[in-house]
Amino acid sequence: MYEGVVQSLIDELGRLPGVGPKSAQRIAFHILAADADDVHRLATALNEVKEKVRFCVACGNVAEAEQCQICRDPRRDQSILCVVEEPKDVVAIERTREFRGRYHVLGGAISPIEGIGPDELRVKELMTRLADGSITELIIATDPNLEGEATATYLARLVKPMGLRVTRLASGLPVGGDLEYADEVTLGRAFEGRRQLDV
Amino acid sequence: MHVSHLSLVDFRSYAEVELPLDRGVTAFIGPNGQGKTNLIEAVGYLATLGSHRVAQDAPLVRLGAERAVVRANVVAGSEPDARAALLEIEITPGKTNRARINRAPASRPRDILGVLRTVLFAPEDLALVKGDPSDRRRYLDELLVARAPRFAGVRSDYERVLKQRNALLKSASAAMRARRGGAGTPDLSTLDVWDTHLARAGSELLAARLELIEALRPLVAKAYESVAATESGTSNVDIRLDYKSSLGPDVHLAADREHLAAALTDAAARMRKDELERGVSLIGPHRDDMVLSLGPMPAKGYASHGESWSFALALRLASYELLRTMGGDPVLILDDVFAELDAGRRHRLAELVSQADQVLVTAAVPADVPAALSGVRVDVSDGVVRRAA
Ligand SMILES: Nc1ncnc2c1ncn2[C@@H]1O[C@H](COP(=O)(O)OP(=O)(O)O)[C@@H](O)[C@H]1O
Ligand SMILES: [Mg+2]
Ligand SMILES: [Zn+2]
Repeated sequence: MYEGVVQSLIDELGRLPGVGPKSAQRIAFHILAADADDVHRLATALNEVKEKVRFCVACGNVAEAEQCQICRDPRRDQSILCVVEEPKDVVAIERTREFRGRYHVLGGAISPIEGIGPDELRVKELMTRLADGSITELIIATDPNLEGEATATYLARLVKPMGLRVTRLASGLPVGGDLEYADEVTLGRAFEGRRQLDV
Repeated sequence: MHVSHLSLVDFRSYAEVELPLDRGVTAFIGPNGQGKTNLIEAVGYLATLGSHRVAQDAPLVRLGAERAVVRANVVAGSEPDARAALLEIEITPGKTNRARINRAPASRPRDILGVLRTVLFAPEDLALVKGDPSDRRRYLDELLVARAPRFAGVRSDYERVLKQRNALLKSASAAMRARRGGAGTPDLSTLDVWDTHLARAGSELLAARLELIEALRPLVAKAYESVAATESGTSNVDIRLDYKSSLGPDVHLAADREHLAAALTDAAARMRKDELERGVSLIGPHRDDMVLSLGPMPAKGYASHGESWSFALALRLASYELLRTMGGDPVLILDDVFAELDAGRRHRLAELVSQADQVLVTAAVPADVPAALSGVRVDVSDGVVRRAA
């Protein structure tokens, strides 16, 4: 254990994803030894991200205004909606330039082990968006792993009575992984080859 | 195939070992507790990504060390077209293990499965006959993976679905108990989804097991006969191997995935009340068993000690026969088994395995190794491994 503030810094860093106790210690001592200006810039960035960035009221993506850039863009196709788990998946799909519709960010996938069911995700908001019938195709782009597949099955069954076209990205994505790890070409191809989901 | 070199770092009792190995028989000799099984356990780990002795990785890492490394050079085929591969696994308990093949990192440890194939005989094998269903399920599933490594994925997918579904059943069951007497039912809208995925993964595993049992049946019967032979003149007992499914006796067990998926979905619907009551999944390949019988009697509970050993050996010998028909001889590992057997079984087992590409034997004393398995002798004493002159 270190003295007061140093130990609190180590503890806080240790709570970040992928940072174990040893890395937390290494980063903490790096910060202690670093230039004061560098550290201030980091602190400012951390503060600003919490002050300025919020979540888009329409799609749940990160936004600097009430709505994100994509939702505000009138050139985006209003009839196609792509459902993803996380904002980082929006970034991955945007990189492919294959998709011109809008998004809906669920905030995760169904996983009873972690206590995540439909109520913990932005499912109600999705149903509200679909209610007026202007959206005619729903692309379910949850991760190609078990929880992503289960979420896709759940959503497809839920919206089935609404009669819209429900598609899933084509196979060929690395199974068991995260959408964000797929390269642009593979992800782009998966978009093009999307298929109607039967449930 | 054979392992031409084995290296260990911080594996079990070994800080470091470099061990060249030959084709044919190698016998590791030394008193108990000297580190013989530790050596062959490492070879088995590279083939199956698991130990035959423990379910967790922690005991495999030398006390006080953070991680263990097992490395083996594996030679498949024979000259002039022998192919060598360097396999390596770094075992770090509590973290994801890392594997490399020919020094290139594999994206997942299970990507190295299939390069080295082993069939391991051990005193623990008696549990195949006398133990719990889980021992027999493990036998079947490990053999499926050895035959076609993609089943490692099928197996882990099924286990993952099961965990998710059980978590949901458990919380639903708790919620039901909490509001008993009150109105309303717990939210089961996602249970149907897990039923579908359980049936999908479960039917693939189940179909594969059924097909495997069919393939094993004649091989086990033949192996039993060879290993038990002459015994009290009863060489032609009727040896049977049957799959006992938790779907119940009324479901026709054809290795047809769609049919099995439908049966699993029906069963989930039928069992829903019980499952919610108990908070666990009651039907699926994780509740199944393989029933071994001798004539009209089940082996478990009825077979003598000698008959049980014959059956256990027959199951391992059948694995060996099955694997060698596709992809060449697996490496045979016999860990301290001869000491468990009577003279007749010892002799016959030795004859049956003596022609394999590579046989690794451990024994406390040289006299425990049958003459048919004469080969290189390696002395293991207090963690020092030395080839005898
Ligand atoms: N993780 C470990 N760290 C250090 N020593 C270990 C570890 N696991 C087992 N051992 C030691 O290895 C020895 C058993 O070796 P083993 O190969 O099973 O013996 P045998 O020669 O009888 O087959 C025991 O002395 C045990 O204490
Ligand atoms: Mg031993
Ligand atoms: Zn938005």
